[in-house]
Amino acid sequence: MNIVFCSLTIFIMSGLLALSLNRFVKLANYIGAIGAVCACVLGLSSLFIVYNSPGCAELSIPWFVPDGSLSVAIDSLGALFLFPIFILSALAALYGAEYLRHYYGKKNIGSAWFFFNLLIASMVLVVISRNAILFLLAWEMMSMSSFFLVLFEGEKKEAAQAGLIYLIAAQIGTLFLLAMFILLSKDSGSFDFPGSQITAPGFLHSIIFLCALIGFGTKAGFMPMHIWLPEAHPAAPSHVSAVMSGVMIKTGIYGLLRVINFLGTPCVWWGWLLIFIGIVSGIFGILFALAQQDLKRLLAYSSIENIGIISMGIGLGVLGMSMNNPTLIVLGFAGGLLHVINHAFFKGLLFLGAGVILHETGTRKIDLLGGLLKKMPVTGFCFLVGAAAICGLPVLNGFISEFLIYFASLKGIFGSGITVFVCLGIIASLALIGCLATVLILLIAALRQMLLKGRRVERVLTWDCGYAKPEARMQYTASSYVQPIADFFRGILRTQKHGPKISEYFPDVSFFKTETADLFSETVFRPALKFIHRLAERLTGVQHGQLHLYILYILFTLIALFIWKL
Amino acid sequence: MHTKIVQFILILILSPFLFGVINRTKAFFAGRKGSPLLQLYYDIFKLLRKGAVYSKTTTWIFVAGPIVSLSAVVIASALIPFTGYPSLISFDGDIVLFIYLLGLARFFTVMAALDTGSSFEGMGASREVQFAAFAEPSLFLSLAALARLTGSISLSGIFSSAVINSWAAFGPGIYLVFGAIFIVFLSENSRIPVDDPNTHLELTMIHEVMVLDHGGVDFAYILYGAAVKFWLLGTLLVSMFLGACSRGWGIDVAIFIFGMIFLAVIVGIVESVLARLRLLKVPHFLIIALALSVVALILTMR
Repeated sequence: MNIVFCSLTIFIMSGLLALSLNRFVKLANYIGAIGAVCACVLGLSSLFIVYNSPGCAELSIPWFVPDGSLSVAIDSLGALFLFPIFILSALAALYGAEYLRHYYGKKNIGSAWFFFNLLIASMVLVVISRNAILFLLAWEMMSMSSFFLVLFEGEKKEAAQAGLIYLIAAQIGTLFLLAMFILLSKDSGSFDFPGSQITAPGFLHSIIFLCALIGFGTKAGFMPMHIWLPEAHPAAPSHVSAVMSGVMIKTGIYGLLRVINFLGTPCVWWGWLLIFIGIVSGIFGILFALAQQDLKRLLAYSSIENIGIISMGIGLGVLGMSMNNPTLIVLGFAGGLLHVINHAFFKGLLFLGAGVILHETGTRKIDLLGGLLKKMPVTGFCFLVGAAAICGLPVLNGFISEFLIYFASLKGIFGSGITVFVCLGIIASLALIGCLATVLILLIAALRQMLLKGRRVERVLTWDCGYAKPEARMQYTASSYVQPIADFFRGILRTQKHGPKISEYFPDVSFFKTETADLFSETVFRPALKFIHRLAERLTGVQHGQLHLYILYILFTLIALFIWKL
Repeated sequence: MHTKIVQFILILILSPFLFGVINRTKAFFAGRKGSPLLQLYYDIFKLLRKGAVYSKTTTWIFVAGPIVSLSAVVIASALIPFTGYPSLISFDGDIVLFIYLLGLARFFTVMAALDTGSSFEGMGASREVQFAAFAEPSLFLSLAALARLTGSISLSGIFSSAVINSWAAFGPGIYLVFGAIFIVFLSENSRIPVDDPNTHLELTMIHEVMVLDHGGVDFAYILYGAAVKFWLLGTLLVSMFLGACSRGWGIDVAIFIFGMIFLAVIVGIVESVLARLRLLKVPHFLIIALALSVVALILTMR
């Protein structure tokens, strides 16, 4: 536990140092990055100690807040989430040091590092805290520090807009968490986190679960509370997007799991609700991802899809808990949690890759890009590996977690048990197949090499129906690639196409533009906000700026309070 | 173990033969003499002896495409049972791996196609993934329905004659699953009415246009991979009717191979009597498969 405190201190101190040394940009940049990396490595080492001797990592000291103590602990669930937080944050910090050099003199580097280190420290604190007040403090710190990071390029209009949406979404989420923790403390009598209780599912528990689902789901990006993700991720610097999408949104999943753990045996419908949300987030997330033209926006929507997959796994696990089916519990939670770690790594990789592309080409528009594998072979290769992993293709890590979730759902449809031997058999077979695949790929590649030896291998132009001068503008773009699917789901995507109608044989200069706005933010949130705004406008009559009337309000309030107390 | 290895090798050897059968059937309906039954073998050997021509636009992924795709399909063929006898490798949940391996093959074919930068190949890739997005779930749901029916979640378990045994109790459901898998089978193997393997216009092709720029050894890999894939998905269909009986391994295998040839004849007949669908209608056709599989799954859930 002491090591984790050391690590937290290093995060905060290096952040403050970077902030105070802001005038020496280079120094601030390096101190921020080195501090973050050191702290992450230190934190990671503490996890190994916890792994070797569980139970020792607990600390509880009295503090000024009533009902509870300042208690922190690392258990296996927490350690599981801390693992990707430390690794991805360290990598993102290394990347950030290089990435931010681009902004020397243009941006406030010191404060960027201060908020980045604060963000990691608060994520760690969220995961280790065992007291509701401490948890909420850390949670708010996390939201605020990431809010300021989203505003890194706040002078741009879309970044400012994104920051505002993120702030509102985060506050709404916290509101529900506040309500949930108050209900929870009413149940347990203290703000300290209760241990796992086995009680019958009551009405209050369902309310607590729903509050947790909305509160944590807003952070995690469950549909339809996801609207801040596609705005905030593109606006933030790439290493911050990687951390936000890779690990920060997973703290929502962590919180949800923690609360489910408090509530004892869950109701059956909780599991079904989680699975339903998972399916909706998964399908809609990936559909909207397809229709995006901004690379980082696409990745943000893909995060929503992956959160959906995680939610399906957890839903299956919860279903297993309520039906007392150990197979489902093990496979569902294992799949969901493994996907948390997997997604942290491949989404981190993809966001960092997107950052390199943005840095080198100066654009995030996929349609303008092409042939990058030739110009940037290393980035291209890494990006491709990330993409294959996120598709869940075999041999890469994404396959295993998706396999577990599939396996859980297949086992679930006939509810039979599973023995350790079956699991071992599957692992052995998968490993065997992995080896075979590698050998086979090498064999087939070697065969090709052997056959082509001594033969003529030419390099010519791509076949384009005899057309001799193909150029980049004729290439199939990302938009054209997804056009058939996007058209098929036009009822959901509502892609708007703009362009002049062509009626003559020799048309003038033409243009074509498509944009896909978010379904929920257009149909649900915008009208709702407009309604609230209209209501608020009615109240403006009360606020007229005349001081004597304000004093009258105060008087009336005091009298009302007196009467109430009499 | 020996029989398992023999089965695996038989799949790899016999697969290209079925294409010869299809072409012969089509020739028969058209009143032609047709190409030799072993034509695909000749083609593959011819291509294996050739050099290569690569586009200047392409990178390593273009070369990796056929290699990885063929490997994935060959690994998948180690998972598929043969006339109800267990496959070389089988374990609970190999259904998922089977479908994902086909997905891996598709991913790399599509990547290689996009790597050429040609609009034609981009078009083919785009259509391929669009149709796969509909075909894959219905294959999954169909196999889930069969899993529910037979109480096993490995391919070898499902097709170990368990399906045959449940015909009496559950005929209608199996018919629905058969219909769904047959549609997926036609679509995944790019046959009429989804795709026309013999078309001459790049604009209307799907699978063929994706591999337009491949030649020589790479193209041989692609042709062979397509043939093995045809066998794999065909096995799912034939195994619903033919299973392991007590007649002994040799006879069962012979009957099964005849079953596969019969399937090839049916595909040839379908190709001869049907026209291909308009591209816009193909998703509707595939959604029929999806609907069938969903209904089958619901029926098994009773």
